[in-house]
Amino acid sequence: METVTITMKNPPVLYLEAEHVCPDEFAGKTAAQIAELHVYEGNTKSTLGKYFEVSGNAGATAAETKIVVKGDVKRVKYLGMKMSAGEVVVEGSTDLYAGAWMSGGKMTVKGDIQAFAATGMKGGELIIEGNAGNYLGAAYRGDWRGMSGGKILVKGNAGSDVGMYMTGGEMVINGDVDVHLATHAEGGKIIVKGNAPSKVAGQMVEGDIIIFGTIDVMMPGFKYVDDVDLEIEGTTAKFAHYIGDTGERHKKRKGQMVYGNLYQKI
Amino acid sequence: MAEYIIKNGFVFDPVQGIKGDKSDVAIKDGKIVSDVSKSAKVIDAAGKTVMAGAVEIHAHIAGPKVNLGRIYRPEDKLFTCTATKGIERTGSGNSIPSTFKTGYEYAKMGYTTAMEAAMPPMFSRHVHEEIRDTPIIDEGAFPVFGNNWFVMEYLKNNEVENTAAYIAWLLRATKGYAVKVVNPGGTEAWGWGLNCLSIHDPVPYFDITPAEIVKGLIEANEYLGLPHSMHIHPNNLGNPGCYQTTLDTLNLADGYKAKNKFGREQVMHITHMQFHSYGGENWGNFESKATEIMNFVNSHKNLTMDTGNVTLDETTTMTADGPFEHHLTGLNHLKWANCDVELETAAGVVPYIYSPDIKVCAIQWSIGLELALLAKDPMRCFITTDHPNAGPFTRYPRVFKWLMSEKARNERLNTFKNADKVIAASTLGSIDREITLYELAQMTRAGPAKSLGLANICGGLKPGMDADVAVYDFNPDKPLADPEMIETAFSRAAFVFKSGVQVVTHGDIVNTGHKRTLWVDAKVKDNPQVMRDIKEKFLKYYSMTQANYEALGHHFVPNPFALEVDATQA
Repeated sequence: METVTITMKNPPVLYLEAEHVCPDEFAGKTAAQIAELHVYEGNTKSTLGKYFEVSGNAGATAAETKIVVKGDVKRVKYLGMKMSAGEVVVEGSTDLYAGAWMSGGKMTVKGDIQAFAATGMKGGELIIEGNAGNYLGAAYRGDWRGMSGGKILVKGNAGSDVGMYMTGGEMVINGDVDVHLATHAEGGKIIVKGNAPSKVAGQMVEGDIIIFGTIDVMMPGFKYVDDVDLEIEGTTAKFAHYIGDTGERHKKRKGQMVYGNLYQKI
Repeated sequence: MAEYIIKNGFVFDPVQGIKGDKSDVAIKDGKIVSDVSKSAKVIDAAGKTVMAGAVEIHAHIAGPKVNLGRIYRPEDKLFTCTATKGIERTGSGNSIPSTFKTGYEYAKMGYTTAMEAAMPPMFSRHVHEEIRDTPIIDEGAFPVFGNNWFVMEYLKNNEVENTAAYIAWLLRATKGYAVKVVNPGGTEAWGWGLNCLSIHDPVPYFDITPAEIVKGLIEANEYLGLPHSMHIHPNNLGNPGCYQTTLDTLNLADGYKAKNKFGREQVMHITHMQFHSYGGENWGNFESKATEIMNFVNSHKNLTMDTGNVTLDETTTMTADGPFEHHLTGLNHLKWANCDVELETAAGVVPYIYSPDIKVCAIQWSIGLELALLAKDPMRCFITTDHPNAGPFTRYPRVFKWLMSEKARNERLNTFKNADKVIAASTLGSIDREITLYELAQMTRAGPAKSLGLANICGGLKPGMDADVAVYDFNPDKPLADPEMIETAFSRAAFVFKSGVQVVTHGDIVNTGHKRTLWVDAKVKDNPQVMRDIKEKFLKYYSMTQANYEALGHHFVPNPFALEVDATQA
């Protein structure tokens, strides 16, 4: 695997849209060619090389390309967007839409990540060592196709509206989440090791949510079924099992009504 | 104004019967002329196809329901934004492009005239503001009449003359072009939670049937002698077995003859026929009835139609057929928007994905092509996608490819996931007809222009007509190596002239021309009763005053072009 390192040298005044910082775009290019890829600062089109120092050539394919992003990229959006293979490591914190629509490969953010990370994610792995913002693994505005595959790990906390319209894949959040977890979910699995304040899984029709901490206010559309023993990531514990959202339409599979499952540790 | 001479192209013009002869087209002062001076600018069209600018007879491109689609589908804009380029402004959207993008995309494909197919009269100001902001192409809008309280009350008592007077008033108030009918009676019934699925289902409260509405509006349309005929989206759209309702509707035109000074011969235009040609009793045994439908259309000269081809894309359905959209959201569970327009109509919007992996979608695709290929008279069957309902209008070049190349459509047909079942459900696989360039010019130019009553104005290259000309990088003399060449050539015209102004050069917009709003100014005898009824309805029922209703003046219609009819002696 070849490594390309891009280091922020000339920070933008406005936010920078850098959707080409992606193994698929870098693949087969030299450092000089990568520096020529375009970015937008506001409505002004310029090149990646204007802001970043680029060193190292990319591999022949995305799978053979690793990108390391150094320096302050808190004002850079779309890092790793639409990546299908390879690796992206962001050494600091980054802005909106990191790893959005990614379908493969691995992306690691060592700092925090802002909203809409992994929007519409289809596959691959996203690891956030700090905190995640709102709408993690959610659907794009207006869309009904949220995260459908892949894995997300957040070592810190996550914001509101995490997993909105999620249809598949798995998400683990070691800390707390804010309101509106998994609204409209139609599949997938979300594990929250910390607390969820309220409005958990509203309008969810399918999928699994596991909360280790507290839920301040349970949605009225969720119905308690029974207590179950579950082994989640190496921890075995007793969980209260709820199904819902009973206010929504639900599919039938093999004659059985399919519901969203919400498990809360007792 | 500048003079041009488009030299040595292969010209296809059904108006003059020119079938690909190598000849020149001369332009002066916005019109086609027989000769120009030596100083005329020469456009080299050697090895290229030359046709009149295309005419769109039915698309949803301006107004509140289109805008509702834009507002509630931000995901349609995702990755479809275009940056400014030369004189082109930014645009966005795929199935519901912004107004500027709409004008540019039509022009780039060689379309120079387009009709907005359903204008809610009460929101005509919004429609005209969007038309104004859609550059280049001439546009008209069809106000909807099929669920209008005035129309239903007059026709219940057989008052054709009053209906005609009301139509004339409304066309003038809304700057409308034609009489559009959507699910006659059914949309009003939707206000009561019901629908009219056959032409004999009575409308609640009004106690009139769709059949009576349709016949009455044909009579009123011919009483006025409007340029276009009554333009109908029949009842029972999109349901298995709906073809029977369609045949019943077509039968209603029996015995009527066109009466107008514009050269129009039909009394009824049936739109997006694909959605109305379904057999079977459910989605399991869903099948094509295109043969039955086309046998009827082919043998009845007082009908014209357009296809409504499914393009197999993700799109946004939108129609004044409110109950149908509610039915559709129940089928696909995607978001639904609904709107009621007081005394006049309603509308619904639902996104839809025509997936090639779904049997029904693939059969719908087959039916659209089958209809066009079974049409005996290309001057009466026009190509549309009912944009955006069956697919975005930007897919026309792809539809042309499927119609013009048996190879291209068989490649598509044979690679559907459920190919065997899809092939068995229609006759498409057994049709070897390939639409010729001349027939294409009939189905996209001369035909729709004649049906709209614009035969002397556009859709042809006869001296005296508007200089709307499209030149395509397509050499009909060379054997077609790859059907993709059809799609490529018709996607981006080499040159397009709109009223004598060169608007497109090598696929780029170079001028936004002098876009016009087409409307129909119908004069009728003074009718105090209808004027009093209008005043009374505004006072009693409308949520706006009559003074705020009309689309008047430069803000709404900056460059009007009125077609005049005089029915005072009728």
